Amino acid sequence: MLIKKPADILYSEITPKHIYMNRRNFLAGVPAAFLGARELLSPSGQALAGTKLPNVQKSKYTVDEKQNSYQEVSTYNNYYEFGTDKSEPSGYAKNFKTEPWTVSVEGLCNKPSKFTMEEILALAPLEERVYRHRCVEAWSIVVPWVGYSLSALLNKVEPASRATYVAFESFFDRRQMPHAAGLQFPYVEGLRMDEAMHPLALLCTGMFGEALPPQDGAPVRMILPWKYGFKSIKSIVKIRLVGGQPPTSWNLSNAPEYGFYSNVNPRVDHPRWSQASERRLGELRKRATLMFNGYGDQVASLYNGMDLKKNY
Amino acid sequence: MWKQRWTKVLVFVASLGPIFWLCWRAWHQNLTPNPIEYITRYTGDWTIRFIVFTLAVTPLRKVLGLPDLIRFRRMIGLYAFFYGTLHFITYIWLDKFFDLPDMLKDVAKRPFITAGFTAFLLMVPLAVTSTTGWIRRMGGKRWQLLHRLVYLSGIAGVVHYYWLVKSDIRLPAMYGAMVGVLLLYRAVARAMKRKPGLAVQRPVTISPGALRDNP
Repeated sequence: MLIKKPADILYSEITPKHIYMNRRNFLAGVPAAFLGARELLSPSGQALAGTKLPNVQKSKYTVDEKQNSYQEVSTYNNYYEFGTDKSEPSGYAKNFKTEPWTVSVEGLCNKPSKFTMEEILALAPLEERVYRHRCVEAWSIVVPWVGYSLSALLNKVEPASRATYVAFESFFDRRQMPHAAGLQFPYVEGLRMDEAMHPLALLCTGMFGEALPPQDGAPVRMILPWKYGFKSIKSIVKIRLVGGQPPTSWNLSNAPEYGFYSNVNPRVDHPRWSQASERRLGELRKRATLMFNGYGDQVASLYNGMDLKKNY
Repeated sequence: MWKQRWTKVLVFVASLGPIFWLCWRAWHQNLTPNPIEYITRYTGDWTIRFIVFTLAVTPLRKVLGLPDLIRFRRMIGLYAFFYGTLHFITYIWLDKFFDLPDMLKDVAKRPFITAGFTAFLLMVPLAVTSTTGWIRRMGGKRWQLLHRLVYLSGIAGVVHYYWLVKSDIRLPAMYGAMVGVLLLYRAVARAMKRKPGLAVQRPVTISPGALRDNP
């Protein structure tokens, strides 16, 4: 007969369950340690994304408009490193490793420094700011971002007076981003110094009270609510203070269509489509686009005397 | 096998697949956070695909030695028009809400809209004259000449797609290559027919009976 007697003790009782269940990590970890492939051992970026950010304060820089849902903001993304279709990044960025992460702030300043994510999160009080966000493709969303003004970070490195522009650079790794297409990488962006120091320029680490998910630019990105979305660079690894206008990705890709400033402007059309109106996600009818995306009171003075048709 | 009546039913039902899939996703509220954009892209994609299918019929008949594929060409062509019409309706209804001045401005000012509108307009006479009666009335030769407009429609469709994308041109380039190869095939077949000695088969002359199902 093949009826087996039960064993005196179960295997699972010999080894504590959490270790017993961890044997796969151990099996992967031993060769990984030998090979020096330390990254296999560290937690994935997912560990950070989605965690609640502590001590988030309300901010005065908030619009009182119906917010879009987390689902909308996290499944409709222009993040060409993770695919050029807006439905792709939420899938392709799933395993994006955002830990450990450092942001190097360098260039024309007295105290160039490398900041770890922990340092960035602790550098200034986190604020929740509900901003309008207008894409150059004529759709828009309203998002409760979390972060603080970029000026807080820039002041730490004491910019030199010769620093007239700020250049940003995104993380890029072809192995983690095999679907990257459509642009030259790494993605680069730039701001004039006074734009970068404007309080609305948000160094963003979260949304909806949580750490950013990878497809929305984890772990740290810019949010510039008066400019078209592509100016708000994602997954920043380098911020450089420079003495001249830095190159920017979309401008490099197609200069007649995407200028350095790229301020939201309903009166200056994209060469191929109108910018006079936009579709707010979740709404059926288009709505009128506002000058500087409705932030004219705060930012219009930055562009006094400038021809905004020429400086599109 | 390609002569049997059920194959036509099969192609008919299969060609409805994309619209059923769209309705299914709509029913489950699964049309992405920007449904209007999604429907526009989706119907546009299927229009250019069906144009490619239509253009592929003649080369496939010759290359595969399956002359009976001609039985499906009219239907596939009409499906291209069907999806093109859905695409057009999506634009004028869901996107523009019948704002005529705005649409006229678009057609005049936006080259990609102009190209798309042209591609659609070129399909209209082809759909209208797709019946056996019209072939008879026009005569096979003239009918065939008119229906070469589909070449222009295909080119205009690809240009429309190419001018629309922001920077990732891979998909329009792919459809462009497909339309290009299918048109090149015709040009080469034509050139070879002119050179005696290299002659291949004559192009099929469409007679009213050719499209009917043979018992």
